[in-house]
Amino acid sequence: MPTDVENWKSEVYGNEIREHLFRFAEEGYDAIPDDERDAWFERFKWWGLYHQRNGQEGYFMMRIGTPNGVLEPGQLRVVGEIANEYATGPGTNPIFGDAYADFTTRQSIQLHWIELSDVPAIFEKLEANGLSTQQACGDSWRNIVGNPVAGKDGQEVVDAWSVIRELNETFKGDDDHSNLPRKWKVSVTGSADGSGQGDINDLAFEPAYKEIDGEDVVGFNVRVGGGLARNEPRFARDIDVWVRPENVPAVAGGLSALFRDNGDREDRYNARIKFLVDEWGAEQVRETLQEEYVDFELHTAGRDVREEYTYNTGEGERNDLVGVHEQRDGKYFVGLNVLVGRMGAADVLDLADLADEYGSGEVRLSQRQNVIVTDVPEADLDDFLAEPLFERYSPEPSPFMRGSVACTGTEFCSLSIVETKNRQVRFARWLKENVDLPDDVEEFHIHLSGCTASCAQPQIADVSLRGMKTRKNGEAVEALDVGLGGGLGEEPQFARWVTQRVPADEVPGAIANLIDSFAAERDDGESFRAFVDRHEDAELDAFVEPEETDYEDPMLHNTKMTWYPYAGEDGMDAAPPTPADD
Amino acid sequence: MTTRLRILDDGAWLSVDDTRQVSVSELWRLDAPGFCGCDLSDLVVENFLEVGIDGRTVEVRVYGQCIACGTKATTGWVPVGRVVDGAFEDIDRESVLRPRSPKSGQHSPDSGSTGQG
Repeated sequence: MPTDVENWKSEVYGNEIREHLFRFAEEGYDAIPDDERDAWFERFKWWGLYHQRNGQEGYFMMRIGTPNGVLEPGQLRVVGEIANEYATGPGTNPIFGDAYADFTTRQSIQLHWIELSDVPAIFEKLEANGLSTQQACGDSWRNIVGNPVAGKDGQEVVDAWSVIRELNETFKGDDDHSNLPRKWKVSVTGSADGSGQGDINDLAFEPAYKEIDGEDVVGFNVRVGGGLARNEPRFARDIDVWVRPENVPAVAGGLSALFRDNGDREDRYNARIKFLVDEWGAEQVRETLQEEYVDFELHTAGRDVREEYTYNTGEGERNDLVGVHEQRDGKYFVGLNVLVGRMGAADVLDLADLADEYGSGEVRLSQRQNVIVTDVPEADLDDFLAEPLFERYSPEPSPFMRGSVACTGTEFCSLSIVETKNRQVRFARWLKENVDLPDDVEEFHIHLSGCTASCAQPQIADVSLRGMKTRKNGEAVEALDVGLGGGLGEEPQFARWVTQRVPADEVPGAIANLIDSFAAERDDGESFRAFVDRHEDAELDAFVEPEETDYEDPMLHNTKMTWYPYAGEDGMDAAPPTPADD
Repeated sequence: MTTRLRILDDGAWLSVDDTRQVSVSELWRLDAPGFCGCDLSDLVVENFLEVGIDGRTVEVRVYGQCIACGTKATTGWVPVGRVVDGAFEDIDRESVLRPRSPKSGQHSPDSGSTGQG
C-alpha cells in the first residue's frame, strides 16, 4: 500500500506545487486547511520550504540550491540581503543573533524564520538573480555537489563544472524526474582529491581514464547507492561503468529513471536507492540500466584516481579546502572557515563586498560548511587576508574550529534529538582553549548530528557525535553517542560507535581524554584514523573517558520540548502565534 | 468520528489529527520483559514505526534503546494516549508503560527527513 506521502504526491507534486504555494501566500497561512497541512508541508519541500518544528507554527526553513556550491558574482549579496530582510523571527540565537545564513554539507544555503507571505517576493528576487529553491528538498534531484572549485582547480583532471551545470539545467523542473520514490543526491567530481565526496551519494561520477582506440580518454566512473541516514550507512557501489563527459546526462537520467520505476514507494525507510542496490547487486543495476534505460553500449569501468584522494581522509594535504590555494589560471582561491556553517547576514554582505573588491565576486561553498573566495590575484593576497572579517572566518583556524561540522538541531528541526550548532560552537571553543593536539596533527574533524538522519555526515569524521538521551543523577539529559575513525579516501570507512550515551556536558572532557591517549600511545607520525584502525572497540571506549570539566552546557534539558531552546520563556505554552499575513 | 493517525518527519513524531503530539527522544520506563533483560526497560525512543488505535487507546510501536543495558530493539504496542470526545489526551508517559506484544500490521512509517541539500 502506498504511503501517505506517495498519495499526497500522486495528487499534486512537482512544478505545479508553486501555484498552490503562491495562492496560500496570497490568502494567508490560515487558508491551508488544518487537515491538509501535513500534505502541503510535504509538497512545499519540493520548492525548498520546510515547515519548522513544533512551537514555530507558520515559519519555514528555506533552502536555496546552489549547484556545486557556486555563487556567481552578485549572488552572495542577494542571499545576504534576503537573510537580512526576511530571515528573522521571534527567537534570537544567543551566539548568532538574528538574520543569518547556514551553509550546508551539500553546498546549499538555508535561511530560517521565513514566512509564507514573503515567499513570492523572495522567489522573485532569487530568480531575477539566477538563484532557485526548486527541488532543494523533496523526492527528486537535489542540489548537485562536487569539488567546489571545479573549473578552477589545478588538480582537476576533467571539467566537472560544465557537466554539473548541464545536469542541473536538464533535471531541475523535468517532469519525468520530478517525483522519485525518495531524494536523489548526485555528486560529480573532476579533481583527483575526492572532494566531491561521491561515496556518500546516491549517484557518483568520479574521474577515470579509459583506453579507447589506443588512446587514454578522461571521463567518469559511476557508483550508485551511497548514503548515511537511518543507521544504515552505505558507500556507493561500483557498477562497472565508465562514461564520457558528454554522456553523463544520459547515464544519470537513466539511473534516475531506473530508481523512479523500481524504488520502494510502499516503505519510505526502504526507499533510497541504496536499498535497491542491496537487493539487486551492482551487476543487476548495470544490466537494467543497459537494457532498459540507455540506448548506447556502456563501457566497463576505467582506471580511477582514488589512490590520490586526500579530502576528508584524516591525513595528507587537502583534507579540506581551507586556506590559500593556487588556481589553474595562476590566481588563488581562499577557503575560509565558517564555524558550523553559520554566518550572520551582515557578514555575508561584507564577504560579498570583499569578493567583489579582491576577486571576481564569485564565492563557492564546500561540503564542510565553509566558504571559498575565488579569483584573487597573487598581488592582492596579503591585503585580502588582512581584512578584519577574517578574524572570524579564518583561512588558518584552530584544528577544532576547522574540523567542526554541525547540523541544524533542535533549534529548528523536527527530527533532531539534541541541540547541535551552538553546542558545537561551545565544544570547539572549549577544545581550542584546553586541548593540544600533537604538533604534527593539523586537522581533526568532529561532526555533530542531532539524529540518525546524519545531515552533519558524522560517520565520516575522526570523532562522530550523534544525538541521544540518557539519565544523569536520575534526570533525563541530552547525550551523544561517540564514534571514531571515519573518513573517505581510496578506502573509505565509517566511524565505529564505540561509546554510547555520554551526557553532553561530559563530551568535551571525553574528547580531551581521548586526545591525551592518542598523543601518548600513537606511533610516530600516526594519524588519528590509523590509530583508531589498529585498536579494538573496547580499547577505544576506554580512551573515551567521559568527564565533567569546567565546560558548562546550558542545554542539557530536553530542548526538543521547548518552542525555541534559547527563549527566556521556552515552554511550548509560550510559543508565539503564527505570523500575521502582512 | 475518524481520527487521523500518522507518523511524520521520518519517524520523529506521532501526529494525531494533524497535530504533532508525541516525539522521539522521550524516555519511557517499560514493563516489557521481552524487550531486554532489565526489570524495567529505560527506553529512549528513537523512531516511531507504526501507529494504531485499540478502542480509544492510541498505541505505537517504536524502535529504541534501553539506556540501562544498551539493548536496541522494537517494542510491542505501547499506549501513549487516548482519544476522548474526539480529542487526543496524553497518557502519563513518566509512569511505567506496559506494551502489548506485537500484532501483525503494516510497517507504515511516513513523511520525509530534513537534511542539508
